[in-house]
Amino acid sequence: MLKDITIGQYFPSSSIIHRLDPRFKIVITFIYILMLFTGSSVSSLAVGAVYTLMSVLLSGIPVKMFAKSVKPLLPFLLVTAVINLFLVDSGDIYFEWKFIKITEGGIDISVFMVVRIILLITGSSVLTYTTSPITLTDAIERLLSPLKKLKFPVHELAMMMSIALRFIPTLIEETDKIISAQKARGAEIDTGSFTTRAKNMIAILVPLFISSFRRADELATAMECRCYNGGEGRTRLRQLKSSPKDYIALGITVIFYAAAIITAHWLK
Amino acid sequence: MAVLETQELTYIYSAGSPFEKVAVDHVNLKIDAGQIIGVMGHTGSGKSTLIQHFNGLLKPSSGRVLLDGRDIWEDKNKIRDVRFQVGLVFQYPEYQIFEETVYKDIAYGCRNMGLDESEIKLRVIETACDIGLKEEILERSPFELSGGQKRRVAIAGVMAMRPKVLILDEPTAGLDPAGRDKIITHIKNYHRRTKNTVLIVSHSMEDIAGFADKILVMNKARLFCFDDTVKVFGRSEEISEIGLDVPQITKVFTKLKKQGLDFGKEVYTVGYAKDLIIKYLRERGL
Repeated sequence: MLKDITIGQYFPSSSIIHRLDPRFKIVITFIYILMLFTGSSVSSLAVGAVYTLMSVLLSGIPVKMFAKSVKPLLPFLLVTAVINLFLVDSGDIYFEWKFIKITEGGIDISVFMVVRIILLITGSSVLTYTTSPITLTDAIERLLSPLKKLKFPVHELAMMMSIALRFIPTLIEETDKIISAQKARGAEIDTGSFTTRAKNMIAILVPLFISSFRRADELATAMECRCYNGGEGRTRLRQLKSSPKDYIALGITVIFYAAAIITAHWLK
Repeated sequence: MAVLETQELTYIYSAGSPFEKVAVDHVNLKIDAGQIIGVMGHTGSGKSTLIQHFNGLLKPSSGRVLLDGRDIWEDKNKIRDVRFQVGLVFQYPEYQIFEETVYKDIAYGCRNMGLDESEIKLRVIETACDIGLKEEILERSPFELSGGQKRRVAIAGVMAMRPKVLILDEPTAGLDPAGRDKIITHIKNYHRRTKNTVLIVSHSMEDIAGFADKILVMNKARLFCFDDTVKVFGRSEEISEIGLDVPQITKVFTKLKKQGLDFGKEVYTVGYAKDLIIKYLRERGL
């Protein structure tokens, strides 16, 4: 059941998107998000959709994986869409019955929101699917490094992020093991009434906490044994280097962004 | 009659995805009641996956698991009862401990069975005795105990459910020799007293050679062999080939055989080896 979590999952491959500089990828993702939220015309959203489709295809990752990352959010999306549909009251009225009223504005907002969020998740999944967590945090560290001048602990933050990301799979595996072990002692985890299930959560959470603390302790010792003392004077094994293709990718994204702005204003 | 039986048991991890992997491949076996069985295999040979089928933690992709001749998946809602009858102790079981006192942790399984307090008390004390935990320890927090003691508390938690079949996955992993011997002795005592079937998973034959009635060897998701201990050790060369360690004493006797000194018997315990050699020397009047 826990194996279905796709957040932070990385699919090693050598597509053009995999090979882009992670710093550029992060900047591009930001521009992409701006692009999706520019204006509310069908045409600007279409530009965003084309861009998303293009990057999904270029990444060479099966479309099924993207569907998998959108799927868990679908129920929330549908509920908010329905709420928007009935509560927004603007424009032509298409349907009215007692207190229920469906208007043009309501349809617009709910459809746009659903499409936008799906695109947003898909697009940001392209980033996480094609970039290993370690390079991602490296890139964040580099992008935030100007903040060092303001005494902001950039390196420490990046280190905490990489450690957190590194331990997600470990913790998932550990949780699976503990669940199995308690099930073997007759704990009802996915059956039984709500209260028994809640009670049995204790049997999972306590061992999980204990092992997390133990792991943290061991990791701290291991780091100290290798003389880790923060970011001061630390050099890196993997240097991030930008190349022409990164600038080209950035250029294409900016063009798409411009297209989205232009269509939003002129093709209303 | 066989207490546990598998028919064409197959399990595939992540079926239908690029990570698909056959972990157990058409395994057929029959385990008789009351025996001690050693389960051996390399890391990734499918032995852990196999044993998780015996108590219904994993559902076979195809094939069946029979407990006392009945398919355990016949009624999905009764799968918990199967888990009480086939007790499974995982590797490093001390990490599943969570209660405030040793007593409560051992009682956890019994409580899930819905037994009444007096019965639970009886079973906890009996099991603690079986596994060599003193009564005064029962009221202490399990987190204060030593590693070996914690391990025994965790094993007791499963034993207390009085399962027909007790399965232990590497019960001695990571313990020092003294702790290892203690656990093995207590498991033997438990078996002698209850006459229940016991399955012990282990990497090393050295550990289980001395007391297992039968040995089951898994290799690359398939059942390599499942036979009486003597017969399995008769194939010690094949077993070495698939990367498993045979007991040192067996190695010595295999070498002796190659050099022309054939005792005509499979040797896998030091005691037996000693008897053989003394007999051999006497026969020659040395």
